[in-house]
Amino acid sequence: MAVSDAVWSEQGTTPDAIEAALRRLLIERHAEDDNYVPARVLNMIVFVDREWTGEIANRLRGVGRYHASRLVVLAYEPRRTSLDARVMIASEDEPAPGQLALLRETVVVDLGDRHLDDLTTIADPLVVTDLPTLLWSPHGHHDVVAALLALSQSVLLDSVDEPVAREALERASSLAERVYVVDLAWLRSTPWRERVAAAFDPAPLRRELSTLSSVTVRHHPESTVAAMLMVGWLASRLGWSPSPLVASGGALVGSAEAGRSSTGAQDVALRLEAAPELLVRGLEGVTLETAGGRRLRLNRGRGGLRAHSSGGGAQEREWTIPGASRGESGVLGEGIRQALLRDPTYIPALTAAHAMAQ
Amino acid sequence: MAVAAGRPTGVTEPENPLTAGLERLPVAPTTLVIFGATGDLARRKLLPALYNLAHEGALPERFHLIGVSRKEKAHEDYRAECEEAIRRFSRRTPDEAVLKALLENVKYVPGTFDEDSVYTRLSELLEEFEQQAGEPLNRAFYLSTAPGFFPVIVGELGKCDLATHEGAEVRLIIEKPFGTTLAEARELNRSVLAIFDETQIFRIDHYLGKETVQNMMAFRFANGMFEPLWNRNFIDSVQITAAEDLGIGSRADYYDNAGALRDLIQNHMLQLLCHVAMEPPVSFTAEEVRNEKVKVLQAIPQPLLEQIPEMAVRAQYLAGHAGGEDAPGYLDEEGVPPDSNTETYAALRLEVDNWRWAGVPFYLRTGKRLARKVTEIAVTLKPVPHLAFSQDGSLGVQPNQLVLTLQPNEGVSLRLGAKIPGTRMIIRPVNMEFLYGTAFLSQSPEAYERLITDAMRGDATLFTRNDEVEAQWLICDPIVAAWEQTPGPLPTYQAGSQGPQEAERLLRGDDRWRAI
Repeated sequence: MAVSDAVWSEQGTTPDAIEAALRRLLIERHAEDDNYVPARVLNMIVFVDREWTGEIANRLRGVGRYHASRLVVLAYEPRRTSLDARVMIASEDEPAPGQLALLRETVVVDLGDRHLDDLTTIADPLVVTDLPTLLWSPHGHHDVVAALLALSQSVLLDSVDEPVAREALERASSLAERVYVVDLAWLRSTPWRERVAAAFDPAPLRRELSTLSSVTVRHHPESTVAAMLMVGWLASRLGWSPSPLVASGGALVGSAEAGRSSTGAQDVALRLEAAPELLVRGLEGVTLETAGGRRLRLNRGRGGLRAHSSGGGAQEREWTIPGASRGESGVLGEGIRQALLRDPTYIPALTAAHAMAQ
Repeated sequence: MAVAAGRPTGVTEPENPLTAGLERLPVAPTTLVIFGATGDLARRKLLPALYNLAHEGALPERFHLIGVSRKEKAHEDYRAECEEAIRRFSRRTPDEAVLKALLENVKYVPGTFDEDSVYTRLSELLEEFEQQAGEPLNRAFYLSTAPGFFPVIVGELGKCDLATHEGAEVRLIIEKPFGTTLAEARELNRSVLAIFDETQIFRIDHYLGKETVQNMMAFRFANGMFEPLWNRNFIDSVQITAAEDLGIGSRADYYDNAGALRDLIQNHMLQLLCHVAMEPPVSFTAEEVRNEKVKVLQAIPQPLLEQIPEMAVRAQYLAGHAGGEDAPGYLDEEGVPPDSNTETYAALRLEVDNWRWAGVPFYLRTGKRLARKVTEIAVTLKPVPHLAFSQDGSLGVQPNQLVLTLQPNEGVSLRLGAKIPGTRMIIRPVNMEFLYGTAFLSQSPEAYERLITDAMRGDATLFTRNDEVEAQWLICDPIVAAWEQTPGPLPTYQAGSQGPQEAERLLRGDDRWRAI
């Protein structure tokens, strides 16, 4: 909850007037107490349907410290003719001697169809020059995203929002050709990727990566893309060539050709299963098997991932790997943070996932 | 690198292709053993750090904790103590399920550190965990005890065959102080190195785990604009300050035996000096970074007895006012002997006799009960060769000064001369400021989170090597010895002040201490 707020609003306003109000509010805050300083990390432009502004605001409130330093919400209502705006500058901390109180700015602009042709000229004056800008359009509006790409260094999307996996992957691939893509579907697999990487990090197990013979991913029914990206990651990192998956008995199944120098080509069986019992988006479990019979299964559990290993001449074992669930707001916060980083493994994983979705 | 019997074999394993792009690199399955498991450090820092690593999913895939301490208690009682410490001191509110998962893997071994039976029981537990895991687990022994126990514990670990382990790494993590004199430091190194290889030893100077200190490397070596100026031709002096506004609190026992020089200058502040003065390492590997730091320390001449009054000042605080309240003098603090000669303030002027820094004074000062809490490094550049504006009343013109603030507000500030608006060309100093807090979304992890992870991963970059410790003592030992031989009373300063007048005598030419 913000402890300090400064608010300005105007109906029938202009971008210049909004920008001037932002500057004036900042100067006033600083004059009030020079421990108030504006955060200067990231611009975030969010294009939303106006009726859902509250829901998006709630989601963004949950990201905590990962809040963009300047948030520009473009709230779209088709028939609106006037440009109305509200500016809020808030700090979460009271200024104390020797301690900074960071200010974050939020600008909400209500606009309509008649403003869409000039959207760039409305948004451009509202972002802080020289800061990276992240664009998010949670309700689709691909044409608007295309128009605002010129202002953005990265785009936030959630590929599981698209009902058809292939279209989601194509959309992400197409955007990735023009801008850095932060895909929440990809970030949902981060803890799983970290744990699979860790499980095979000890030297004896690292050698077994080249003998993986099957991968099964269980996922929320609407998170097929997240599962494909997880398998796509394994495929791209381990040099597999996956074939398109086909529906079979309620799952998507297929294979990947793994070029193995010692044994020649060998297929890796791939299986993506919906887990209806999973109530949140993302993955429910990952199972990996090697040609030697070793089996590692990771499942969601209380307080972390539940690991189960068996086969390969080893005794059956089960244990918990501690870790807190990030929740949807944590995933979104991570998405905002990732706009400042670059993950070189996403595009190869996306390409491999795309091959599975043909 | 492959491992046999706890030491690297030199055989290179293939890279793990799955780690590319991951922010959090895997940590090998590990059992961490904390000696001094019920002590203040363990409760306030180590256990909360372990919880936060667990919360973030950053602990090894298999992780066990064994606490060793003198007090007799059951595993459950120790787990309850861990839980209490985590709830009280963690930087985030614990997630109940994560906390439970972490505590399930905690065990306790009671006993004194010189009892063979403690190590026998420890061995049994370590074996038990490995049986459960079905593989050898790395072992990290964390000595969070009084320094007097270090040789005892290390000796017992050697005697009980716990210093190496077939198929896994064994690491020893040691908390400062690494001795209280050069002789003690050498003796400690000798006794530890008789059992462990240097590559197994991780000497913690928690300052090095702070983001702020690591940022100094980024500042110097990722920004080309400073390097051309970073030498004796452009830099006039360097001033490193670690000032505290508080007194000694309840630490009289420790502090009165240590004093300001041992407490901060011998370790933290000399490390900061190294970061300022070191050459760019070839790469950011532990050995390359530490090689460059030790070269700086070796370039600082060991003070001769007759030089010490000219280059070192000590003092003790008197009663005064701090933070708007009355503050007692050091000798009136609880637990301090009334005739104590322990310094609560120390300042040094050091030289780094190498090609880059010859002739540039490095001023170091630290003290308790000073005007304000601040840790900073101020680099003062040489004045311009000719000041054309002085005739117009520009008396405020000062040399450029670059200030790296480590706390409380981490940032970089550059003092520049700027024209005062008006019809005349009158110059006054202004500051161009950058504050790290305004530019990043992430919260810095606690230093111990980073250091424990690095030690478990075997990355020694942020740890102090034996030759660094000895080189630090070579500089400080003569001063310690000289001060111990000089009877009191010590120079004094008022609590809440800028420090003792005597510190002025260390300054050369026009140099001035920065206001604290």
